[in-house]
Amino acid sequence: MDTVINLSYIVSATLFVFGLKMLGRVETARRGNMVSAIGMLLAIVATLLLGGLDYTWIIVGLVVGGAVGWWAAAAVKMTQMPEMVALFNGSGGLASMLVGWAEYIRDPNPDLVTSIAIFFAVLVGAVAFTGSVIAWAKLAERMTGKPILFKGQQPVNALIVGGALVLGIIFVITPPTSYGLLLIVILLSLILGVLAVIPIGGADMPIVISLMNSYSGVAALAAGFVIQNNVLIVAGTLVGASGLILTNIMCKAMNRSLANVLFSGFGAVTTAGTMKVEGEVKPITAEDAYYILEAASSVIFVPGYGMAVAQAQHAVKELADMLEKNGAEVRYAIHPVAGRMPGHMNVLLAEANVPYEQLVEPDDVNPTMELVDVAVVIGANDVVNPAAREDTTSPLYGMPIINVDQARTTFVLKRSMNPGFSGVDNPLFFKPNTRMLFGDAKTSISTLASEFKEAAAAA
Amino acid sequence: MTMLLLLFIFVLSIFLGLELIGKVPSQLHTPLMSGSNAISGISIVGALAATAIHGTFGTILGVLAVAFATINVIGGYLVTDRMLAMFKTGKKD
Repeated sequence: MDTVINLSYIVSATLFVFGLKMLGRVETARRGNMVSAIGMLLAIVATLLLGGLDYTWIIVGLVVGGAVGWWAAAAVKMTQMPEMVALFNGSGGLASMLVGWAEYIRDPNPDLVTSIAIFFAVLVGAVAFTGSVIAWAKLAERMTGKPILFKGQQPVNALIVGGALVLGIIFVITPPTSYGLLLIVILLSLILGVLAVIPIGGADMPIVISLMNSYSGVAALAAGFVIQNNVLIVAGTLVGASGLILTNIMCKAMNRSLANVLFSGFGAVTTAGTMKVEGEVKPITAEDAYYILEAASSVIFVPGYGMAVAQAQHAVKELADMLEKNGAEVRYAIHPVAGRMPGHMNVLLAEANVPYEQLVEPDDVNPTMELVDVAVVIGANDVVNPAAREDTTSPLYGMPIINVDQARTTFVLKRSMNPGFSGVDNPLFFKPNTRMLFGDAKTSISTLASEFKEAAAAA
Repeated sequence: MTMLLLLFIFVLSIFLGLELIGKVPSQLHTPLMSGSNAISGISIVGALAATAIHGTFGTILGVLAVAFATINVIGGYLVTDRMLAMFKTGKKD
């Protein structure tokens, strides 16, 4: 029986590898997810063949967890996707932590490697759990999205990490008498997850979410060493590595080093740029904006978190259809860190049936920006801030941006003149070719679309 | 010896993982993240095994672990599928 189980694990590890590979291409992504789900099912069924399991309670756990997971996945709105992914991720981390804990209950005198693995499983699992919950709370606006900072934050964090490590070492050396220490390690790790994420601002959430994703993989990997199970080790490592790569992509898009992320305290901008912002803000009415768009032959939409908040993606698609009917070429320039999770904007626009060929990355669109008649910035701010290019003293300096300021005309749809999450002023708003269209993004876009409709009806 | 073998598997998996996700187009970042997030629910295997532990407290930990891992697995795969179902090309329809 053991051979059957282990062979099944090899097959399911293979399915995970193929599934992840297929997730990397648009054409095969959906099937890839299916392949990896089959791998998971196989691993679960094979494990159930182990003798001595408590099947009654397993069914309870599976039914309750399955119902919650199914309901959450079916009910979540696309705009709430980042916080949902954070919650799923948190429950995975928690599960790994519990597996490590339970193994100690089963055998309070594990060998050296196993006790090291237990320590890592509870540490990383707990951090992934509470870190993800805080990320969820920030994204769902159950708590402030601004960085929470207090005096001595770094020393306190260092003290907790150091404390957990010291207790961990004692635990690893004398496991049978150290149950209390393990419980303290769990407690410290849970606190550490909270403290690691609270100083991080809302705009940096794409990095946090992909990093937490990586952590939950590492936690599963550690749990794999705890129960000496190869499929956990392979799957956990794959997730840990892919999460790290994604985190790295996000860091590059924000011009931050990974070390800067890992040692937290980032996203808390304390020094604003010193370059003087010159020029004046020029508001525009929807009607005037319509005339400019009506004459445009090339339009680029640049969505940001504001589009998600206003749920404006369907209105944007409607306006884009009007523009295309009017003979304009429409594209969407997506910055890798626009929104609150990696690829956030892509998901929202896909929901509104925007074909993905129209989605372009900054590098594709920046070289020809001078040829764009109108760039429409919808609730994006830092990712279009020219200070990142021009002002060496700006905290954003060096971050790759979408150069909408080089388009012939730029519309900025915005509720007010507040700066973005980074708290940095945006010189874009004061450029001579920028027009501010104040108000709710969805309402503004819908008004523009109806102007087109009326014109079409009149013709 | 088992541990050494597991370490061997681990080290090879790191390289495999880093190679696997080399260049992913940005529109797939979210599905890739939530899809790999679902895979991290693999700790369900450990959770299932943990229910074999005798004694009330061990069973409670095991069942809780099963429930949370299941949320991660079911929710993760379904939500990823929901997102990927929306990705369309302009050529069709």
